Amino acid sequence: MNAKLNELTARETAGLVARREISALEVAEACLSRIAAVEPLVGSFLRVDGEGARAMAADLDRRLAAGEEPGPLCGVPVALKDLLCVKGWEVTCGSKILKGFFSPYDATVVRKLRAAGAVFLGQTNMDEFAMGSSTENSGYQITRNPWDLDRVPGGSSGGSAAAVAAAEAPVALGSDTGGSIRQPAAFCGVAGMKPTYGRVSRYGLVAYASSLDQIGPFARDVGDVALLLEAISGHDPLDSTSAPIPVPAYRDSLGREIAGMKLGVPRQCFAAGLEEGVERAFRESLEIFRGLGAEIIEIDLPRIPHSVACYYIISTAEASSNLARFDGVQYGYRSPAGENLVEMYEATRRDGFGEEVKRRILLGTYVLSSGYYDAYYARALQARRLIKDDFDKAFERCECVLMPTSPTTAFEIGSRIADPLRMYLSDLFTIAVNLAGLPAISITGGFDASGLPVGIQVIAPPFEEEKIIRTASAFEAGAGFQDRKPVLSVPPAAAPGPS
Amino acid sequence: MNYETVIGLEVHVQLKTETKIFCSCPAGSGGEPNTRVCPVCLGLPGTLPVLNRRAVELALRAGAALNCGLSGFSKFDRKNYFYPDLPKAYQISQYHRPLNGAGWLEIPTAAGKKRIGVTRAHLEEDAGKLVHFEDGWSGVDYNRTGVPLLEIVSDPDLRRPREAYEYLKELRSVMRYIEVSDCDMEKGSFRCDANISLRPAGSRELGVKVEIKNLNSFKAVERALEYEEIRQRGLLERREPVFQETRLFNADLQQTISMRSKEEAHDYRYFPDPDLVPVVFPPERTGEIRGQLPELPLARLTRFREEYGLPDYDAGVLTAERSLADYYEEAAVAGAGYKSLSNWVMGELLGKLNEAGLTIEESPIPAGRLAGLLKLIEEGTISGKIAKRVFAEMFESGEEPARIVERRGLLQISDRGELEGIVETVITGHPGPAADFRGGKEAAIGFLVGQVMKATKGQANPKLVNQLLRARLS
Ligand SMILES: [Zn+2]
Repeated sequence: MNAKLNELTARETAGLVARREISALEVAEACLSRIAAVEPLVGSFLRVDGEGARAMAADLDRRLAAGEEPGPLCGVPVALKDLLCVKGWEVTCGSKILKGFFSPYDATVVRKLRAAGAVFLGQTNMDEFAMGSSTENSGYQITRNPWDLDRVPGGSSGGSAAAVAAAEAPVALGSDTGGSIRQPAAFCGVAGMKPTYGRVSRYGLVAYASSLDQIGPFARDVGDVALLLEAISGHDPLDSTSAPIPVPAYRDSLGREIAGMKLGVPRQCFAAGLEEGVERAFRESLEIFRGLGAEIIEIDLPRIPHSVACYYIISTAEASSNLARFDGVQYGYRSPAGENLVEMYEATRRDGFGEEVKRRILLGTYVLSSGYYDAYYARALQARRLIKDDFDKAFERCECVLMPTSPTTAFEIGSRIADPLRMYLSDLFTIAVNLAGLPAISITGGFDASGLPVGIQVIAPPFEEEKIIRTASAFEAGAGFQDRKPVLSVPPAAAPGPS
Repeated sequence: MNYETVIGLEVHVQLKTETKIFCSCPAGSGGEPNTRVCPVCLGLPGTLPVLNRRAVELALRAGAALNCGLSGFSKFDRKNYFYPDLPKAYQISQYHRPLNGAGWLEIPTAAGKKRIGVTRAHLEEDAGKLVHFEDGWSGVDYNRTGVPLLEIVSDPDLRRPREAYEYLKELRSVMRYIEVSDCDMEKGSFRCDANISLRPAGSRELGVKVEIKNLNSFKAVERALEYEEIRQRGLLERREPVFQETRLFNADLQQTISMRSKEEAHDYRYFPDPDLVPVVFPPERTGEIRGQLPELPLARLTRFREEYGLPDYDAGVLTAERSLADYYEEAAVAGAGYKSLSNWVMGELLGKLNEAGLTIEESPIPAGRLAGLLKLIEEGTISGKIAKRVFAEMFESGEEPARIVERRGLLQISDRGELEGIVETVITGHPGPAADFRGGKEAAIGFLVGQVMKATKGQANPKLVNQLLRARLS
């Protein structure tokens, strides 16, 4: 058996399985072996469903043998962030409060992946309810960055990013509310995309901040991002905020030139305390774009510094309401303490939620309180419109905007957990994109002095994901950073022996 | 000091949709607990609401009937609070931009029509129901969760408990006319909370208001308000404070009882629901919706009074339900005399239907046949008394009145010769009353008429009998 099947791209796997040159089961086994070998080091997964993955793969092989038309993700193993509902699976959002909640239904993206022939490996770790930038806020475990096991993988979709980086899965799904796909993609040196708000159905995504949340793909290259994006996009009658806009063939945008394309770089992104290594890599990446014939112009996003404040008002307000249903009444954790209903509520939420979640619920409750609504929430909505206006103006002058994904590379585990404000500020570049509802990808734009990946973002106007894929894939072809992989020294005892 | 009572009502009307407001579960009532639920109405993690178009249409129709301003732009907000019957811990409602803005409803009062302002009429989802078990535990039945509700808030324009009663009656009548709701208080499809305060007569400032809940009938609303009026007046006269609070009406005691010792300041933290998109409709829809409204009860009442010459009372009873008014008009068009038709419908027909537990739609006697029966009376073919027998039979069999009359030989005896003989026999057989009449005792004629009717088994034409008796005794 080829031990490297887990390292194939999703496109390669789908082609080989469809042509029945390899079986879906072999691919699944390769990923499961890799997972068994590296999980003790990385900890990407909260739950691995080996049995389920083998059954899905075997079933697919049978159907292909019987002549069934192969789907676009035929035999592609996928890791799912632990906030996507999968029928029959325990879904916890990385939180103790949802322990024991088994979803009776499939999220729309899950349904689409099934239909496309994907094989589900399991659920990846995350910051509790997607609140965090390091996956350290998980109620269950931490996840380590495959590039440096002492560092965080980013968050909140840190498990998905790490799983792809560590070759445990070729692709994964995450969710992005303020950078939760792009920032971990940047830290882990993989590609991660947040689609336009409304591009992908949110039905079955456990909400953090409904007006900002969007599901998106992780992959080791832009081609696989395009493949996965195409499979999960589209209008869904079950999500009123999903857009009735046709889904283009995103893969057609791969391998196209960007000569003559105008790419905007906001002057603000250099003034925001970029780490030296990040700034250097970002400037070098601009040179690579120039080398590909793109024109780099300076643009102005004057309101972008307001993004963080605006984001933490809107997202926490929505979260305070979205997370109110976790009250111990219907499902999940219920505290045995308490003599009456109110005491049960209080004990359940006190013991079930982690500190960061409670901090954000309190903040959100405060900003929506009568007397404060206008001062905070209503003003944040105004600021949000202004930030969107900034981007609209910028896009009159350029086709895509380039920014660093994060001002830093992956930081050390435990180094920021005590300083939430500093953690919040590090999301500046990703947050503005969510507020404006825009699509954006993070790809590896270079490496810092210690060899850690530096992410760069390509941002486009709403529903113009094709421009992003074209630009990012051209960069990839020119730079080749995606070929550099983290080296995990797997202890021999844990190494998979060929059976 | 004289006090003026100020009352405002909040009415929740369940809209008659096939499915719930944000999911495709059936919207009916009753049934085994938690059999009409799905992940959406259970508020399971990850689910999203999708607005039921039909609920919006019904709500807009109700708004049009209440003369509400329609802005063409409406949004949904979340009303946040914790309670086990509320699975998301927020209710999707409308706060900032209700579907229907300010309007009014005209109600009949002793002093003529009165216009009561409607503050707003907005859409929201119903909550579930708690079921309490004997062992101290409680369960939640989510069948009702997500059934569409229209909350109709009145202005504080009502001045008497009786007016509140009339308002509710009129509102229910309108909602049923336009077929947006069954408005069945027993089944919970029509619910009312009342706000009441007192202020010195002539004052423009509102007094401290009390909210009354647990009102299970229109009568209960009136009684609770009457009780509250007296209680608050007593407090004011004794110069004791009225507390702003929620009180429950206890129907057994016929009293309101304080629900909370001190008013909890509820902060529902309303904010726009990010899971739903605004409801936008073009201005011409407004005119279209108004154009499709049927004639409303108060307009119909006025027309019944004028067109059919009916007394207020009759017109009120006949137009309270659209189906009853339709029935009356169908019979009237078929040629029945208006007033006698009104008497028959309100008396015999409603009485029988009530006894049999039937609605007017289920009446075994179609309107046309009742008109036929009444024509037989007017033409003198049968007497009123016989007509009641025919009616009873029609109610059983649904048969044509003329055929019953023929089959049973119930034709009225209007043959002078035949009746003269019977009159003669009766006078001879009852010399006392005959003499009394001759002596000027007018009432005695009634007895003699009765005897003739008896002898003819009610088939004699009473008018003719009367005539013949008088001729013979004069
Ligand atoms: Zn439902």
